Amino acid sequence: MNTRLLIDWTRCEARGLCIELVPEVLTADDWGYPLSRHGDVTLPIPAPAIRYAEEAVRECPRLALRLIED
Amino acid sequence: MAPVHGLLSAAVDTYAAHQALLGPLPGLHAEDLRRRIADSGLTGRGGAGFPAARKLAAVAERGGGVVVANGAEGEPASSKDRTLLMAAPHLVLDGLALAARAVGAKSAYLYAPDDVLAASIEPALKQRRDRIKVIPLASADTFISGQETAVVAAIHGLRAVPMQTPPPMYVKGVRGKPTLVQNVETLAQIALIARYGAGWFRDHGTADEPGSRLLTISGSVQAPDVYEVPGGTTLGDALSWAGGASEPLQAVLVGGYHGRWIPWTSATTGLALSKAALAPYDAGPGAGVIIALPQRRCGLEAAASIATYLAGQNAGQCGPCRNGLPTIADHLNDLARGRNAVKAHNEALRLIGSVDGRGACHHPGGSARMVRSALGTFRQEVELHVKGKCTGQHGPGRATA
Repeated sequence: MNTRLLIDWTRCEARGLCIELVPEVLTADDWGYPLSRHGDVTLPIPAPAIRYAEEAVRECPRLALRLIED
Repeated sequence: MAPVHGLLSAAVDTYAAHQALLGPLPGLHAEDLRRRIADSGLTGRGGAGFPAARKLAAVAERGGGVVVANGAEGEPASSKDRTLLMAAPHLVLDGLALAARAVGAKSAYLYAPDDVLAASIEPALKQRRDRIKVIPLASADTFISGQETAVVAAIHGLRAVPMQTPPPMYVKGVRGKPTLVQNVETLAQIALIARYGAGWFRDHGTADEPGSRLLTISGSVQAPDVYEVPGGTTLGDALSWAGGASEPLQAVLVGGYHGRWIPWTSATTGLALSKAALAPYDAGPGAGVIIALPQRRCGLEAAASIATYLAGQNAGQCGPCRNGLPTIADHLNDLARGRNAVKAHNEALRLIGSVDGRGACHHPGGSARMVRSALGTFRQEVELHVKGKCTGQHGPGRATA
């Protein structure tokens, strides 16, 4: 079972909260939009980071984030 | 009644002539129809090449859905859907009615440019008495208007731009119902497969690319046009259908603006237009678009002009695409004109790696991979541009876009 972060790119406006909360997974691209730090666009979240990813989902000012399990 | 030879052999003016040529719609039940399509091996002709039967099954198992015939064809280098809709509207409408039956759909749409609807589809609909009412809907004249989720947005009365998935359209599409969006060529093939069977379909083409397919062949060929060819036809034979090259070629763009540049050599002319044969080039038959690039033209300049167009066609919704594609196009234009060529090349490569998969649709990834294939296929040209040279007739420094 993998937990992955799903970004709704039509909502995201590069506020950057997720990048601050989950820096082990995300970094910023040239324009401040979240970018996978390790190159995996499916954004798997390692177990220790899940609680921070959940916080990012709750707090994203654009409501652009979801966590999915697959 | 002898089977017709293919899609374009079924081109007739009226429904009466269509029925005289092909007979009535076969009375297959949904399950038999789906099995026949599965046995045929038909793949989607809109670009992705997904097995048609699996797409049908996903909507059928949920029931009560919506079917959409997609003839938007936003790709400027493609005109096969327009050609088909103008020549054989009843074949497409047969396919739409059959697809609706196969998935148990309650409503149906035909989405295509308004001039095609007015000239061909609306007159054709007036001649028919389909059990399911088909609603014609004009498509927008943009590159991405035919993306599956953009089609659903258009039906909802919104701007025809992609929507974020999941959920996929086969779960929640038009008005929240399971939705099948199928290319018009795929539907026309279903109309023939339902009548003549999977075996008849597989008599054309190869084992891994069964059936015929429509190609739009343009660029430096003698007779640029739409051709119906057997699946798995080689690149060389495809160009022969268009009368052959009109001058020495250096490459072909296979799959259209989101496609890949394949060098034109004695080896690549023998490549089959199949997923398997084109896999080493990260290419596929796509929607059957082939553009022949002459030797005299700089490949980087050709790719840059397409990249500029694609950048302008981003919907403005998703940051990585809205920012990334114009910047990639700028770098490629700089490289094509020999301005800071080394930096332009490196920056283009870096950004290509960062836009893929970061948007609501495949526009950023498809565009970026076209540019990456240009940088690979035209790498000798890249080296020349770094030295301030160019093999094209229009060297760096001259405006070429």
